[in-house]
Amino acid sequence: MKKKMAVLLTGAMVMATLAGCGGGEAAPAATEPAAEAPAAEEAPAAEEAPAAEEAPAEEEAPAEEAEAPAASGELITLGIINNDPNESGYRTANDADLKATFTEENGYSASFAYSMKNDEQIAAAQKFIQDGVDYLLLSAADTSGWDSVLTDAQDAGVQVILFDRTIDADESLYLASIVSDMDKEGETAVNWLADQGLETYNIIHLQGVMGSAAQEGRSGALQAKADAEANWNIVEQQTAEWNAENAQQIVQSVISSGKEFNVIYAENDDMAKGAVAALDAANISHGVGKDVIVMGFDCNKWALEELLAGNWNYDGQCNPFQASYIDDVIKNGAPAEKTIIMDEKGFDATTITQEDVDKYGI
Amino acid sequence: MANSEKTSGAGFLKNLVRNQCFIPVAALLLLAVFNLIADPSFFRITLGYNSAGNPVLSGFIIDIINNGSELAILAIGMTLVTAASGGQDISVGAAIAIAGSVVLRVLCGGNARPETLQAPIIVAFLVACVVAMLFGAFNGVLVAYFKIQPMIATLILYTAGRSIAAWINNNELPVISDPKFAYFGGFIPGIPIPTPCFIAIACMVVIGIVLKVTNLRLYTQAVGINQSSSKLNGLNPEMIKVLAFVILGLCVAVAGLIKVSRVSSINYSVIAKDIEMDAILAVALGGNALSGGKFNMASSIIGAFVIQCLTTTLYKFGVSSTALPAYKAVVVILLVVVSAPTVREYFNKITQKMKLSKEVA
Repeated sequence: MKKKMAVLLTGAMVMATLAGCGGGEAAPAATEPAAEAPAAEEAPAAEEAPAAEEAPAEEEAPAEEAEAPAASGELITLGIINNDPNESGYRTANDADLKATFTEENGYSASFAYSMKNDEQIAAAQKFIQDGVDYLLLSAADTSGWDSVLTDAQDAGVQVILFDRTIDADESLYLASIVSDMDKEGETAVNWLADQGLETYNIIHLQGVMGSAAQEGRSGALQAKADAEANWNIVEQQTAEWNAENAQQIVQSVISSGKEFNVIYAENDDMAKGAVAALDAANISHGVGKDVIVMGFDCNKWALEELLAGNWNYDGQCNPFQASYIDDVIKNGAPAEKTIIMDEKGFDATTITQEDVDKYGI
Repeated sequence: MANSEKTSGAGFLKNLVRNQCFIPVAALLLLAVFNLIADPSFFRITLGYNSAGNPVLSGFIIDIINNGSELAILAIGMTLVTAASGGQDISVGAAIAIAGSVVLRVLCGGNARPETLQAPIIVAFLVACVVAMLFGAFNGVLVAYFKIQPMIATLILYTAGRSIAAWINNNELPVISDPKFAYFGGFIPGIPIPTPCFIAIACMVVIGIVLKVTNLRLYTQAVGINQSSSKLNGLNPEMIKVLAFVILGLCVAVAGLIKVSRVSSINYSVIAKDIEMDAILAVALGGNALSGGKFNMASSIIGAFVIQCLTTTLYKFGVSSTALPAYKAVVVILLVVVSAPTVREYFNKITQKMKLSKEVA
């Protein structure tokens, strides 16, 4: 009995591992399970997507479209290579948006491949090129190593569109690159903060994982402003590694040491949430018209709800909805400027509406 | 008379130094003295009120005890696993993500933002316990029956765990608004001491009683020291190993509940990130041999608080974020080297030699 259980458990785990990793080796032979395993995993995600989001289209089960491209006729075939949707709320929203846009009703036949490793992504790209897709949509895990495979794509007549992340390759190798401008996100937030007209700014700066694009962009703007202005002081600058608990500990420690502060600049929503938990425990009021201004990034739905309730003051968007931009490029041809910077908003608690929460919350 | 007193004093000192708890306690004292000199306000504890109007204690010491709770709980299970299997479980963080995800899933009943809890918290916690113990048993079976290196066996769950956690909640990020759920990681109204402290103390008491009244300690050490001779003596070494992993699973479930309760939500990719390394470190700091065998539970637990004390101290002094891991590494290396069994033996030998030469003289 015990042994049977053991065997069963082992079997279940091995399958889970396969699905989780999306197919181990980089050898081309391994790309088929890589493409299929996520398809099996998609099913639950796809079912909940319409319920969770106000997705523009109501179509169900986009997973069915992960069929052989040969059967698609006049549909535009897409090979979409993305990072693992489990990575973050951002990625989940991004994946759901792509699936909702590239449906058969909209004239597409899309196949998906997921991996957070560059070599697996390259293997998936090679498979899509062999399948002869019309467009290859790519959110690369790493910036380098893509030249040869993109040259192959060009030779095979496959158009490449980059989304979310840029790569180190010649511009001629791709049709367009649709990205967020992290520096601009930081600037928008810092400008908003400057507009608040506080006498002095004593800021607790909670950083993301050091060296990530989002951290550098969002930190850079604040640091520049604090260096330039005499009344802007960064009381504490620490990396909480995108983690709510770390943020909570850092803010607790600032409170315990009795330093004065009136702004919390957290580089994502989770860290802002952790900081707020620490403020609550110390009975420090925060939000609209209160003692401490709370700023977050990413526009998670729950974070926007905090804004709506007036508990936070600002949330900067990191736009995961690239699908409409890609759709535009495919239908209307290549843009004049290859790099398309997406519109990104910053929400102020005093002006946010329920509609914004529904529309932009991820 | 005076002479005998002196020798007994020296004997006491020697016993003290030889005691396994000596190194972590000394490290803790050292950190305390350092903080005392640098800024005595480190030890200030103030009674205030939180935004809900309930009394709460705050201060660095409270922060340490509060935030170190999960690590202390994990150190209990990790010590047993280390002692029995001679290896470490590196899937603890991922397993916490799973346990936390299960708690939220049961409480939410599939709806990411429930108005009311769909099930009592105790039910959610028990389900999480069962799931975490099953995953622990899975690790244990791989290690005990399939004879896979513990680090490799648990690598499976380390890799897949966070994906499984996300999958349990359909990739959503549930948020619990019921204030009762926040009690476990925060404060119970009217009690100014953070709840995780009580939970950690409860775990310590339970493991203390278990080690006292059952043969768990003896059997675990027997299996860890020599598996085949323990088998010849009628023990079932495989069973003991699985049991150690199952107990760690239980610790994981408790830590998972505290973690998700702290923020009333979960982030699969960062919850309890790298906590397995801290838990292993706590065992090592406690002077336990990472190759298994004899263990000292108390010193592992103190080791966990040393790590938290170090983290809080570094936060307090605002060590720049890029340099933080480096500082931590330096201190940790020093502590681990000093508390390593081989080094301690070496020092014991030296002191014995000195004693011998003294006697000869």
